[in-house]
Amino acid sequence: MSWEIVIGLEVHTQLSTHTKIFSGASTTYGAEPNTQADAVSIALPGVLPVLNKGAVERAIKFGLAVGAHIAPRSVFARKNYFYPDLPKGYQISQFDLPVVGQGALTIQVEPLSGNAKPYEKVVRITRAHLEEDAGKSVHGASQGMTGVDLNRAGTPLLEIVSEPDMCSAAEAVAYAKTLHSLVRWIGISDGNMQEGSFRCDVNVSVRRPGAPLGTRREIKNLNSFKYMQQAIDYEVQWQIDTIENGGKIQQATILFNPDTGETRAMRSKEDAHDYRYFPDPDLLPLDITPDMLEQVRATLPELPEARRARYVNELGLSAYDANSLTSSREMADFFDACVNTVSNAKLCANWLIGELSAQINRDGLDMAHCPVSPQQLSGMLIRIADNTLSNSGAKEVFRTLWATGGEADAIIEAKGLKQVSDSGAIEALVDEILLANADKVAEYRSGKDKLFGFFVGLAMKASKGKANPAQLNEALLKKLAG
Amino acid sequence: MLNQSLMQQGAALRAKTISSVELTQTYLDRIATHNPVFNAYLTVDAKISLAQAAAADALLANGQAQPLTGIPFAQKDIFCAKGWRTTCGSKMLADFIAPYDAHVISQFNRAGAVNLGKTNMDEFAMGSSNETSYFGPVRNPWQQQSVPGGSSGGSACAVAARLCAAATGTDTGGSIRQPAALCGITGIKPTYGTVSRYGMIAFASSLDQAGPMARSAEDCALMLNVMTGFDERDSTSLQRDKEDYSRDLNKPLAGLRIGLPKEFFAEGLNADVGKAIAAAIAEYRKLGATVVEISLPNTKLSIPVYYVLAPAEASSNLSRFDGVRYGYRAPEYTDLADMYEKSRSQGFGEEVKRRIMIGTYVLSHGYYDAYYLQAQKIRRLIAQDFTDAFKQCDVIMGPTSPSTAFNLGEKGDDPVQMYLSDIYTIAVNLAGLPGMSIPAGFGDNNMPVGLQIIGNYFDEARMLNVAHQYQRATDWHSRAPQGF
Repeated sequence: MSWEIVIGLEVHTQLSTHTKIFSGASTTYGAEPNTQADAVSIALPGVLPVLNKGAVERAIKFGLAVGAHIAPRSVFARKNYFYPDLPKGYQISQFDLPVVGQGALTIQVEPLSGNAKPYEKVVRITRAHLEEDAGKSVHGASQGMTGVDLNRAGTPLLEIVSEPDMCSAAEAVAYAKTLHSLVRWIGISDGNMQEGSFRCDVNVSVRRPGAPLGTRREIKNLNSFKYMQQAIDYEVQWQIDTIENGGKIQQATILFNPDTGETRAMRSKEDAHDYRYFPDPDLLPLDITPDMLEQVRATLPELPEARRARYVNELGLSAYDANSLTSSREMADFFDACVNTVSNAKLCANWLIGELSAQINRDGLDMAHCPVSPQQLSGMLIRIADNTLSNSGAKEVFRTLWATGGEADAIIEAKGLKQVSDSGAIEALVDEILLANADKVAEYRSGKDKLFGFFVGLAMKASKGKANPAQLNEALLKKLAG
Repeated sequence: MLNQSLMQQGAALRAKTISSVELTQTYLDRIATHNPVFNAYLTVDAKISLAQAAAADALLANGQAQPLTGIPFAQKDIFCAKGWRTTCGSKMLADFIAPYDAHVISQFNRAGAVNLGKTNMDEFAMGSSNETSYFGPVRNPWQQQSVPGGSSGGSACAVAARLCAAATGTDTGGSIRQPAALCGITGIKPTYGTVSRYGMIAFASSLDQAGPMARSAEDCALMLNVMTGFDERDSTSLQRDKEDYSRDLNKPLAGLRIGLPKEFFAEGLNADVGKAIAAAIAEYRKLGATVVEISLPNTKLSIPVYYVLAPAEASSNLSRFDGVRYGYRAPEYTDLADMYEKSRSQGFGEEVKRRIMIGTYVLSHGYYDAYYLQAQKIRRLIAQDFTDAFKQCDVIMGPTSPSTAFNLGEKGDDPVQMYLSDIYTIAVNLAGLPGMSIPAGFGDNNMPVGLQIIGNYFDEARMLNVAHQYQRATDWHSRAPQGF
């Protein structure tokens, strides 16, 4: 009997404001401990929170990007619990009235196993709400004692909660990746996973087809897509094994250990806190006017889904190409800039997805730090399109652009990479070779077809590799035929 | 000099009849003499005060003085003042030196006023007698065995005993008005949001409001001019134009409609207090006011509502006192949970712990709807009562407290009896309205009686006018306790 997997995600995205959500302290990552902890961050007696409008704008932007309802009035609540890295003894969050309501995200799923085909799926978003991050406990900071670093305390987060719409690790990862790309695309987060700017909690349960939802366990704080997939795979198998061996799943919060590839329970439902949520009396309800909404909407870029559709419908690209090109906004913008001057969309797509992406990966860079500009690449692509460059010539131009910069035409000139496409010149070249190798011509004509390659090689050599291969082939075939 | 109004003191300073240093020293000497008995001040720092006075004298000499420049004020120890020990009446903060100024403190500093010291108070402003202070009770200058009221008991005592020119207080359920009444002084709690709460240690954020405590309405008006104004650091601070609260002081009262809520004159009100209030109302009739009986039917629910909402907010507001970053930490503990438990058990007093327990309970899963949400609904009904009442009258009057000052220790065993002493003041905080208390005679034991004046939102200037006209016609406010 088979099992169904049910997965929902809660993602904490750090918003890219320069200052904290309720104070003017800096949010820059990596500063010396507690140098970015102002009076509000350390919760001195008497200090009060003041909402950062930049965080609100980013939340609205996200809501609009997933087609969600933006609450005209939402409320900040206090989530009360004690922990050394939570200076006020409560976290300011949103509870029953979040700023972003129901929305949806379309994902492209590439199944991880078998020959299954890629497919599209819509994942419903339950809500997204603003909240502040906690600080960090640094265990063993000095002489076996735990230190507290409050630099991160008060950093703005948008917690994005999905419906339990995903049925496999592949779907969960696709959702997380799409979301990750989206928050960067619309510029609300740097999405830096190493620095904790994009952290995923994954709720996993299994059930028999048609049965009610099983008990879920929540895998906390995954900050890599690879770990997410490993953690889900392990957890699903663990749950199935447990049930098949007659056990019962207990609701629990669990952690994934990347070293062992296993999950383990952190706390069970019995230790669950009663957070005693109530509206924060220090903050007024957050009112969002239609005007504010429109102002934010005006700053929203063309979204990845729209752009994907445009690439397929207007530029005639394949779904695969369109997906790859919209994997990040930098990539898509780079592509658009190239298409604007080169007009051969498929050629541009091939180079971006192929050579350029490969080189970026080899050098451990990202698109934002690509040393070759769209203008530079376009200069080269134009010369491929008008047959000035052969494929091998183009690769050489690209290597030079990457290593030393410059301009494609100048490199072609300096390196003599211009392809010979003058049919008169090519025919003259062919005539010369056939004349000098009359014996081989005779052999060919008597049926030794394999000698064609020999003639091509001679002709290329004679043209110093610059002859347009297609034209050369054509001329040779014609003349050899006699 | 000690009995002069703030305006007179300011004029004397500007005329160089006296210097700020001399005036400050006079008060410091009086504090040295009387404070050991009355315990009104928790912290006095002559060096800082005299340095501020010297700076004020320089401003006075340059002709750069503002109305309050050089005048020494006492500050309730709930306000953080940079470099000053700020205890909030608690062992938890017994050694806490504030690294920044509350908005109220910086407003006084900007006005060139002198900070004379920090006054005693009920621990975290939770109390009505000043007996919950970790630093011991304050005595009432009118009668030493009596309480001064609370939670701003130290400020009320300091004003009544002429140990400062005037003082600040805060009022969450009556903490300015009740001690003002019990010590025979004038105090006003402005409309919620008028004075920034920034730097004022929070008790119940939706109710807390700072205000002046002085010997007259005229003095309160001058202080409000300094204390009020929008502050972007407090999200609940109201963005309104700056007002001159003295502007209407001298308007005649003819045609004033006074509403007397029948619920304020029913069972529970001591006869002597009722008699004094009746006499005060008669005086107002003489000044041209008319009187109308009104009803505030839901005020009887204000104590239960308050004792759900205020502890709920307090239980959360006081969570930051955990022994981790500042404040009291137990000397010995075994682990993190034990450190929290011991630090908070030892650092907080009984009343504070009681309210944290109540607040934690009413916010707990399964009880929230029945207590917190229900209380919020009734809170709106209480506010609506006032809105309806102000259709019939301009101001509401009644007793500030059901009795005059009671004896130290008298209500110590019975928190509910203690809570009832705020029965007439609490509804005003729940509604966010301005309320004040002015001296209106004496009770059977020769202890002061306070008349409460409740105004509509932002009607402080009118209330001060109403109080000032009474103070021109009577002399209750200028009586001093014997020996002061």
